[in-house]
Amino acid sequence: MMIETTGRPFSRARHPAWVRLTHWTGAAATLALMVSGTAILLALPKLFWGETGSNSAPAWITLPLPVDLEQTGWARNLHFLAAWIFVLNGAAYLALALLRGHLRRRLLPAPAEIKPRALAGEIRDHLRLRCAAPPTGRYNALQKIAYLGVLLVLAPLILLTGLTMSPGVTAAWPELFTLFGGRQSARTIHFLSAFAMVAFLAIHIWQVLANRPVTLMRGMILGRAGNAEETR
Amino acid sequence: MSALTRRRLVLGTAGFGAAGLVGGCDPGAPQLRPNPYGLSDWLTFAGQRLLLARQPLAREFGPEAISAVFPTINTTDPDDPAYRRSKAAGFSDWRLPVTGLVARPGAFSLAELKAMPARTQITLHSCEQGWSAIGQWTGVPLAQVLAAAGMRPEARYVVIRTVDGWWDSYDLFDALHPQTILAYGMNGADLPVAHGAPVRLRVERQLGYKSLKYLSSIEAVDRVDGIGHGRGSMVAGLGFSWYAGI
Repeated sequence: MMIETTGRPFSRARHPAWVRLTHWTGAAATLALMVSGTAILLALPKLFWGETGSNSAPAWITLPLPVDLEQTGWARNLHFLAAWIFVLNGAAYLALALLRGHLRRRLLPAPAEIKPRALAGEIRDHLRLRCAAPPTGRYNALQKIAYLGVLLVLAPLILLTGLTMSPGVTAAWPELFTLFGGRQSARTIHFLSAFAMVAFLAIHIWQVLANRPVTLMRGMILGRAGNAEETR
Repeated sequence: MSALTRRRLVLGTAGFGAAGLVGGCDPGAPQLRPNPYGLSDWLTFAGQRLLLARQPLAREFGPEAISAVFPTINTTDPDDPAYRRSKAAGFSDWRLPVTGLVARPGAFSLAELKAMPARTQITLHSCEQGWSAIGQWTGVPLAQVLAAAGMRPEARYVVIRTVDGWWDSYDLFDALHPQTILAYGMNGADLPVAHGAPVRLRVERQLGYKSLKYLSSIEAVDRVDGIGHGRGSMVAGLGFSWYAGI
C-alpha cells in the first residue's frame, strides 16, 4: 500500500513501471478469477475432504450459496483465461522482483523488524488503527510479511490446488494428489486459500482508502506522487 | 479462427515445444474460438501435451476406493425407441458401427466387443460441475477396436456419437491411449443404463464430459474442423472447451 522509495519522503516516491503494470494486470486477473470462481462454485457449493465428493456424499461444509448448474460454461472459460494471465503475470513480477533486487530490498523484512517485540508493537498499533506509515515511505513489517505471504505462499498454493483439479496435469504429476490429500481436498484448499486472498484484498483496499487514497492510487497508476526519479 | 491464424499462434510461440507435440498446428484440428478463450484453450492444450508427452496413465485405485454412490447426470435413460427396444432385448441386437478411414468398416456386437482383449481400471471421474467419484470400468481399449477395423494411416481423429445426440472427437493421442476404453462393465457388473449401457467411453485424462455414454457410432476421420460448428464437439458449440484436460 505504501509507495516504495529509496528512503525519500512520500512526496518524492515512485513505483517503477513494471511494478505498476504487473500490479494492475494481476488485479484485473484476480477480479476475473474471483467472479468466475464463485460462478463455478455454484454448481456444487459444498466442500469435501479426500478424493471424492458429490451431492450423494456427506459434505464437510455446505456454503450458503444458491445452486446453479448453468454458469460453468462461461465461468470456466473466463477462469482459465484469467488464470493464465495471473500465472504469467505473477511469474514475470517474481522474476523482475528477484532480478532487480526489489524482493530483497523492499519486501524482505530486516531482522530487527521481525523481532517479536517489534512485531507485537506493530500489531498493537494496527489494532488501535494507529498504523501511521513509516516516515521514509518504506513498507512496514506487517505489509512486507503480508505481501511476501501472498506472493510466495498463497498464490502458489492457489495455483497448485487448482492444477490438482486438472485430470490432465495430475496424470503427469500424480504427486499433487499426495501433496494435498486428494482432488476434493485440493478443491477445498483452493477455496479456502482463495478466501484468504479475498481477506487480504479487503484489508489491502481498506488500507489504501484509510491512508491518503488519492496519493496512493496516483502512485500506483502514474508512478509518481511527486517528481522523483525512478527507483529500481 | 482459421488454420492460418492458428499456425501463426504456433509460430509465435516457437520454442515453447516441438511443434509436432502441439496439435494446434494440425490443419484438421478443431477450430480455436475467435476470441481470447481460443488462446487460453490452446495454451492449456499445448501445455498439457508437453506434460503428457510420455503418455503416463491416469492414477488407478484398489477396489476399496470405489465410491458407494457414483452420480449420474444428463441422460440417464434415453427415450429413443430403437434404444428402448434394444434395451428390452438385453442389447443383443445392439451394434456399434466403426466407419470412416478404416480398411474394414463394419459393426461390432456387444458379444464381439466382450470377446476382444479387455482392460479393467479403477479411476477417479472428475466432473466439470466439481464432483468426483471413483468407479471400476471394464472394457475394450478403443485402440483395439480401431486396429480390428484397420484404421488407415491418414486418420487423425476419432468422432464418437451417442444415442442421445451427443458427439465429440478425440485426437489419436487420447484415442489410442491404453486407458481410453469402450466400457461395458462397471464395478464388476454390466454397465447400468444410467451410466450409459450398453457401452460408454472412458477418457481418463480429461473431464467427465469427454467420457460419452450410450455410444452409437465411431468414425475415423482426418479432420474435424468441418464437423458441426467446427470446434470438435457438441459441447464446444455450447461454450465448453473441446480439450477438457483441465
